[in-house]
Amino acid sequence: MKLTTTLMATSALIASTLAAGAEDMTLVSWGGAYQASQQKAYAEPYMKMHPDVNIIWDESSAEAVAKLRAMAEAGNTTWDVVDVVAADAIRLCDEGLAMEIDPDTQLAPAPDGTPASEDFGETLVSECFIPQIVYSTTFGYRTDMVGDNPPTSVCDVFDTEKYPGKRSLEKRPIGNMEWALICDGVPDDQVYDVLATEEGQARAFAKLDTIKDDVIWWTAGADTPQLLADGEVVMGSTYNGRLFKLIVEDKQPVAMLWDAQMFDLDGWIIPANLSDERKARALDFVYFATDTQRLADQAKYISYGPARKSSAPLVGKHATLGIDMAPYMPTDPANAKHTFLFNYDFWADYRDDLDAKFQAWVSK
Amino acid sequence: MSDQTDTGTDTGPVLTADGRSLKQSLERALRREKLRALMLIAPLLIYVLVTFIAPIADMLFRSVENRIVSETLPRTVIALQDWDYESGEMPGEPVFAALAADLREAVKAKKHTRLGTRLNYELTGMSSLFRQIGRKIKRMKDDKPFREQFLKVNKKWGDPEVWGVIQTYSSPFTAGYFLNAVDLRLTPRGVEQRPESERVYIMLFKRTILLSALITFMTFLLGYPIAYLLSNLKMKTANMLMILVLLPFWTSLLVRTSAWKVLLQQQGVVNDVLVWLGLIADDHRLELINNATGTVIAMTHILLPFMILPLYSVMKTIPPSYVRAAKSLGATPFTAFRRVYFPQSIPGIGAGAILVFILAIGYYITPALVGGRSGTFISNRIAYHISVSLNWGLGAALGALLLVLVLALYALYDKIVGIDNVKLG
Repeated sequence: MKLTTTLMATSALIASTLAAGAEDMTLVSWGGAYQASQQKAYAEPYMKMHPDVNIIWDESSAEAVAKLRAMAEAGNTTWDVVDVVAADAIRLCDEGLAMEIDPDTQLAPAPDGTPASEDFGETLVSECFIPQIVYSTTFGYRTDMVGDNPPTSVCDVFDTEKYPGKRSLEKRPIGNMEWALICDGVPDDQVYDVLATEEGQARAFAKLDTIKDDVIWWTAGADTPQLLADGEVVMGSTYNGRLFKLIVEDKQPVAMLWDAQMFDLDGWIIPANLSDERKARALDFVYFATDTQRLADQAKYISYGPARKSSAPLVGKHATLGIDMAPYMPTDPANAKHTFLFNYDFWADYRDDLDAKFQAWVSK
Repeated sequence: MSDQTDTGTDTGPVLTADGRSLKQSLERALRREKLRALMLIAPLLIYVLVTFIAPIADMLFRSVENRIVSETLPRTVIALQDWDYESGEMPGEPVFAALAADLREAVKAKKHTRLGTRLNYELTGMSSLFRQIGRKIKRMKDDKPFREQFLKVNKKWGDPEVWGVIQTYSSPFTAGYFLNAVDLRLTPRGVEQRPESERVYIMLFKRTILLSALITFMTFLLGYPIAYLLSNLKMKTANMLMILVLLPFWTSLLVRTSAWKVLLQQQGVVNDVLVWLGLIADDHRLELINNATGTVIAMTHILLPFMILPLYSVMKTIPPSYVRAAKSLGATPFTAFRRVYFPQSIPGIGAGAILVFILAIGYYITPALVGGRSGTFISNRIAYHISVSLNWGLGAALGALLLVLVLALYALYDKIVGIDNVKLG
């Protein structure tokens, strides 16, 4: 008698946990200020509209591709919506680990009725990618270490006579190779053609050689802000949102050098092979979270530009600081005078090859 | 036992109370005992099998496994068997037709891009080649020669290199990853050395071993006097000091590493003090971090307790009377230490050195954070291939080599020092 009661109670408990589990939706993001902006702009309003859905965050975006592959091999994908950079979305799509999306039927149109495919435009770089923000990798410099003559061009990074001191660059070929070629006189539109050749690669490395001893190589996005704040480097590359925080929130003597900023995209993917129920819920969330108003809302909390054209006019003031956000957006006309578009197809092909060369070069 | 034999009959084999032979009964008891022991260790055994042995076996398997090509392009692989790379010409129409048939199925299952990624490890450009052909394959016509249709999409399909790579990597197992891990490569022409600009792994293996050995030596140099002090102090004071030794264990690794950044960077505490003392000029501050020096300093600190603890527990067991006896027989303090005390502490050094060295050789967080360009280890590349480039085969091959290397060094150590000579207390 007692045993039956216990068993019944246990199974009831399990059933209730399972039922509660069915309402959970796991979102994967990068943590920090970025995830907080998503939490405020998307997740909180969504949960208010759908009290039955409980959003759980997982800060694993940096290893998302590897983890999704491991989950798919184990046959148990526990994530519902995953935030990744565009290059990772392309790889996940290539590997069959992400679901293909039809923007016009599965994403919200702009308020004026423009279909999503047009509103997102060229930010739809993969069939599986649901764009969210435009960010850029660009340089910040110490205003108190450059005298009266602040740098204006990305090539000042390579000018150690005019701007002595260390500079920080990311420890990977992407970005650095392009800047090296631009400063070696290659026109922007030919950079990837040149970089596809052995001579072009040698040329980029030769240019990087000129500053090799003056570079601190970073691997985590927080490195450059820290190095700048400590005065360890005179200038360094990082994501523009990190520099925004350093300049506006932490009030450090740092300014931005937007020249030749490297545009990149970040957005959602939905893992392949979710159950119908979970897929429907993930799609419903993504439909809501990437509509025009939500993308504009996110810019209240962080200085990344919305991926939709229709969101740009709606970008307002920072939620707590009350300053206009537009001048800090990478897409703002004053900042976007000279921008550089990241070529995803090129890097999908050359990533492994150039990375081996870059690591060999950097280690010597 | 004598009781039992007394109660049994006095003819025939010795029987126990329940009438079985003593031998049988004893065996049964022993078997039960063994089973019970096995059940006791079963949780640990299963745990080790599932979380340790199985992943290692899986990793070793991944480093040679290469079924993706023959599984995605079965017809092409067979059709390609007659084609000769040395001819320098592209294969004939039957191969292209086979590829078209294979690709149609692969595109439906979305496997062609995966194959492209795999082949891109061997030949740059394969990834986009397969992605591009995947988009066009649906619209290809069956009644026209496939070769021309392929060439129209991309003239690279006429390049024997592309076909050579598919042919070379068509077998279900490959040595390609292991060759790659030692800066060689498997090409249609056979095994070749990688171009100089791409050789990185051998250098990293060498550096990992050298720096790990240096770190082990540094922990010995710093840890030996501390362990000696600890083992010769009164229990109460020794316990206090022991807490200080163990304190770093209770601090997060990341926090400790970041603390080293604050101390060692060029505008950091150490440099500031040196400049203030006038030992170095302000514009010639020392570079103590983001290079091999940083890795050695930070890792010596982090691994120090692993040297001190085994040393301490061995030194605790050395009776102080031996050194006293040596001195009373006329040895100077130094001779007494060198000839009597030190030899007895060697088992502790052995244990500490093995612990520190093996931990150091597999470290990757600290070298990644403070190593800069000259202080990163092979494990940083393994981590990169596992979580960023997704070249798990190469990551597995590098990991397998590292495992073999550690085992080889262990065997060498056993030969020189003798593993019986290692004591943890």
